[in-house]
Amino acid sequence: MTSNGSFAAGKRQSPNPEEDSPSGADTDEQWELRLYTAGQTPKSVLAFNNLKRICEEHMPGRYQIEVIDLMRNPRLAKEDQIVAIPTLVRKLPQPLRKIIGDLSDTERTLVGLQLRPRGR
Amino acid sequence: MTESTHAPTVALPRDAAGRLANGLPKALSGISGLDEITLGGLPRGRPTLVCGGPGCGKTLFAMEFLVRGAAQFDEPGVYVTFEESEEELAANVRSLGFDVEALVAQGKLAFDYVHVDRHEIEETGDYDLEALFLRLDDAIASVGARRVVLDTIESLFAGFSNLALLRSELRRLFRWLKDRDVTVVITGERGDGTLTRQGLEEYVSDCVILLDHRIEEQISTRRMRVVKYRGTSHGTNEYPFLIDEQGISVLPITSVGLEHRVTDERVSTGVDGLDAMLGGRGFFRGSSILVSGTAGSGKSTLAAHFADATCRRGERCLYLAFEESRGQIVRNMRSVGIDFRARLEAGNLRIEACRPSLYGLETHLAQIHAQVGEFEPHAVVLDPMSNLANSNHTLDASAMLLRLIDHLKSRCITAMFVNLTGGGHTLEATDVGVSSLIDTWLMLRDIEAGGERNRGLYVLKSRGMKHSNQIREFVITSHGIDLLDVYAGPEGVLTGSLRASQEAREKAAAIAREQEQQQRQRELAFRRAALDAQIRALQQEASMLDEEIGAQSEQYVLATDTMEQQRQATVRRRGGEETA
Repeated sequence: MTSNGSFAAGKRQSPNPEEDSPSGADTDEQWELRLYTAGQTPKSVLAFNNLKRICEEHMPGRYQIEVIDLMRNPRLAKEDQIVAIPTLVRKLPQPLRKIIGDLSDTERTLVGLQLRPRGR
Repeated sequence: MTESTHAPTVALPRDAAGRLANGLPKALSGISGLDEITLGGLPRGRPTLVCGGPGCGKTLFAMEFLVRGAAQFDEPGVYVTFEESEEELAANVRSLGFDVEALVAQGKLAFDYVHVDRHEIEETGDYDLEALFLRLDDAIASVGARRVVLDTIESLFAGFSNLALLRSELRRLFRWLKDRDVTVVITGERGDGTLTRQGLEEYVSDCVILLDHRIEEQISTRRMRVVKYRGTSHGTNEYPFLIDEQGISVLPITSVGLEHRVTDERVSTGVDGLDAMLGGRGFFRGSSILVSGTAGSGKSTLAAHFADATCRRGERCLYLAFEESRGQIVRNMRSVGIDFRARLEAGNLRIEACRPSLYGLETHLAQIHAQVGEFEPHAVVLDPMSNLANSNHTLDASAMLLRLIDHLKSRCITAMFVNLTGGGHTLEATDVGVSSLIDTWLMLRDIEAGGERNRGLYVLKSRGMKHSNQIREFVITSHGIDLLDVYAGPEGVLTGSLRASQEAREKAAAIAREQEQQQRQRELAFRRAALDAQIRALQQEASMLDEEIGAQSEQYVLATDTMEQQRQATVRRRGGEETA
């Protein structure tokens, strides 16, 4: 998987002192997350589990995950501009961020959630 | 909406199920001319790829396909746009007469703006495009769509980095659309050496239409080509098309073939003498007429007479002027007694003046098509067509005129083409080589003699009617054109004052001959009278002689009797004895 490759590349870098305490991580701000899925597919189950793990690790008690099944509510896909499944949307804190995929690449998920600066 | 002017005119053989005779079901696009080229429209229930460079009209093509489908064929549509928002699209096509908002309000059209911004998106593992399918499915269901446009799905390639996944999802998408039996138009930007940048043609193998917008000699020309259309025959030429107030119109080069309706009806040329030369009744309705001649030989005036005669019958005439402005034509024709102003006001005449170099030939042709479609004239005058030829290649001009003649003939419109013949050329050669397409060819020529220039007219050919082989002198007066018989005597063909003086000479000679004849008559009568007198004298003499003869004979008898009596008397006197 390419995700493993990039993960390894990230690990090869010398550890950044800011990496473990990115901006905003130690504040009290609430996280509002939405996970768009299309039925109970293995991919969406995997994505949900990965998301839960990351949230518990990085923002315990300060997050809220709403799972939206587009099969039941397809109109929301248009309204929220969702194309890929699964898609994770960070509603809060601002600005809005979109992360697609099953979130198995933790490093990129953290970058996407701006819990870790883009770099490498 | 303007659907009334673009009602489909194709009548193709179909079976009871509406399938075309050649098997593949098709969906009429409603785009003027396209359905003729594709013999009935785009493949029904299958995707069609429309590709071309930026600004070639892809989006408009796709929009017109949907709008006409919804408005004319009761086939609702879904427009999935990846580049412009619904509002932007609606604003862009409003100037083309498409009221998208109204169709959306009627539930005949649905939009979905799929916006993918790579900067907002982080890819973190396995995903698919199921949400796109769900959106599409929802939009299709919301209006009961039979047509779908994806404009342009290539934008997805900029939004996602996993190309292998994207390609397999696209393949799945097209399969999915086919299963839903919707007719799809997919647009694609033309790539370097390929039809589309991302090789969309790989997924869409049923029908590919290439649009092209090129500049030749600083003149823009749009063309369309059906690159491929699986399972059906189609026109393979490059067809010029135009984008105007009514959307796209394609000009099929030979779509009408030679299946013109023909009629025996005749229409006046506007000049009595010319009608007389054409079997006494003028041109055939729906025929094509070429008037050629050198500069100043009266071509435009003749054309104006024809236009005027058309209006006088209460019909409409479209006068396309490539040399003079409308005002100039009106003024000039007033000097020969033709009141174009009144015709214009009455709505029988329309003069469209424009410079040939203003547009490319195709654009001209397309505009003529559009004007013919809108004004529905009974006659069209093109003055002069040679100017069009100058503005571009002769071959193109010839092809264009061929298409124009075909088009007008198919609508039974009488067409008069004015052609300026250059000085150095043979008179009987047209610059654009359309003579073989012409039914009636009138030639105007200068006749120079005796220090003056006069105009002569003759009918070079006129198919299907008896026509005069005489050259007539063509005189333009303040009340119009007069055709005079030229002097064609032993001294050759004479015109103008030479003809007049020759006629005067002939008249004098005739008078002299007459006088001489009278003199001779008188002489003979005199001689005859003299002879009569002689005869009378001789008869008198003869009768005198007759009288003399009678008298002489009487005298003789008398004398004889007398002598006998005297002798008997003597006998008696001598004795009375009769010697027996």
